[in-house]
Amino acid sequence: MTPPSLLWRTLSFVVAATFVALWQLIANLKLVSPVFLPGPDRAWAALVRGLTSGDLAVKLFGTVEHMALGWLVASIAGVALGALIGSSQAMRDYVAPSLEFLRPLPVSAIIPVAIALFGLTQSMALFVIAFGAIWPMLLATIHGFAAVEPRLYEVARSLHMSRLAIVVKIALPSASPDILAGMRLSLTVALILAVVCEILAGLDGLGHWILLSARSFRSADLFAGVILLGAVGYVTGLAMSSAEKRLLRWRSSGH
Amino acid sequence: MIPPRARAALLPVACILVLELWARAAHLQSDALAPPSAIAAAMVEAFADGSILVATRDTLASAFAGLAAGGLVGLGFGIALGLFTALDRLLEVTIETLRPIPSVALLPIALIALGFGYRMEIMIVAFACLWPVLILSRAAVGGIEPRLMEVARALRLTSRDRVAKIIIPAALPRIFLAFRLAVGVALIVAVTVEITINPIGLGAGIMTAQQALRPALMLAYLVWIGILGYALNSGLMLAQRHLFGRAALVGEPA
Repeated sequence: MTPPSLLWRTLSFVVAATFVALWQLIANLKLVSPVFLPGPDRAWAALVRGLTSGDLAVKLFGTVEHMALGWLVASIAGVALGALIGSSQAMRDYVAPSLEFLRPLPVSAIIPVAIALFGLTQSMALFVIAFGAIWPMLLATIHGFAAVEPRLYEVARSLHMSRLAIVVKIALPSASPDILAGMRLSLTVALILAVVCEILAGLDGLGHWILLSARSFRSADLFAGVILLGAVGYVTGLAMSSAEKRLLRWRSSGH
Repeated sequence: MIPPRARAALLPVACILVLELWARAAHLQSDALAPPSAIAAAMVEAFADGSILVATRDTLASAFAGLAAGGLVGLGFGIALGLFTALDRLLEVTIETLRPIPSVALLPIALIALGFGYRMEIMIVAFACLWPVLILSRAAVGGIEPRLMEVARALRLTSRDRVAKIIIPAALPRIFLAFRLAVGVALIVAVTVEITINPIGLGAGIMTAQQALRPALMLAYLVWIGILGYALNSGLMLAQRHLFGRAALVGEPA
């Protein structure tokens, strides 16, 4: 980092710290009832207490587990199905329009159906998260496959490559930026749906934790849970973009 | 050769037919599935007694109120941050800290602060819509042709005129794109909040139908929510193409 940008970054942290101080001031002056708004000091204390002696760590692990499992299932299924549909013109013509029709459907509307099918269980959560997270990857893969440079396909034909080889060696690498962008979007969807499923089904996780804290008006615990959820969103987003940079390095290295 | 429209319709029609035939042949008794004819009948009934219309009104009212609130704040910040890079850099950490918080995490906070009803739903929708509008309008303003800004300086426009006469018209196509994406977010978040906790609107309707073990009605709600989402999206896409032509599609995420 160059010195000026480091300076800006520091100043930016100072601004954020000022907002936290303002929050503390509002809480101290009791401008908002402490039942709703704990100060950052109380939220932080609740966070540390919950992580060291309480079961907040278990809840955090539960949410990450739901999210990661659903997302992983969705990634594998989404890319595989997308490759299947995207690599054949006929499949694209017959199947893709139906998928485009389903795309704007608010995925959470599938939750009642999943509850009717699986009950209030872990499998329900897994189904909902995977179903919700599959769309961005599925559509990105189909789109990426359709947008492959046609001359690459000609090369493949003249090399007599099999369909599988074409998919693995040409289409997938060429579609990888689209697929990775879809995966990043899916990660956000998976986190949201994990929280919703935990709230609805009472599964072990941060969603359930924040709901219980709210019900018993333990606002400090509630804010601790929300801060952790923000941290999960931040860390997974960061991990995804660094993975993206690493995996796509070959594209910018100039062949 | 089958025309493309027929090819596109083949799969859904086949699915509906197979489901109908299978449900009749197997004398389907299920809490989760229902024959398409029963779903259609349940939907007609729900429209006839007005329950689905009231629910649609509640959902759309909350979604659009939240969109208006969050969208305006997002647009204001987006334009300001796009114009003044110093401000953008100063607020970077604050924005990057708040943005990853999943909107539904605010549900319990909104619940104890505002109780059930429209207000809590509007607040959560507003939070969710704020970010896409902010990010995209910031990029839209940041991407304005610099010469237009030089013109504004040469004409000595006041800053109010500069926003109204140069910045907003120049960035409008991409701001409209942000608006279209935010409408989708608003509908999704509104339905999610209703399904999770809030006893109004389409989300509550579909949950009630599930708990009453009426799969036909539940699936009728699901189909209706799908139609609504599709209609909103394609209506806005049509408007976008009509209003801005191809300029609107620049920078469209795939």
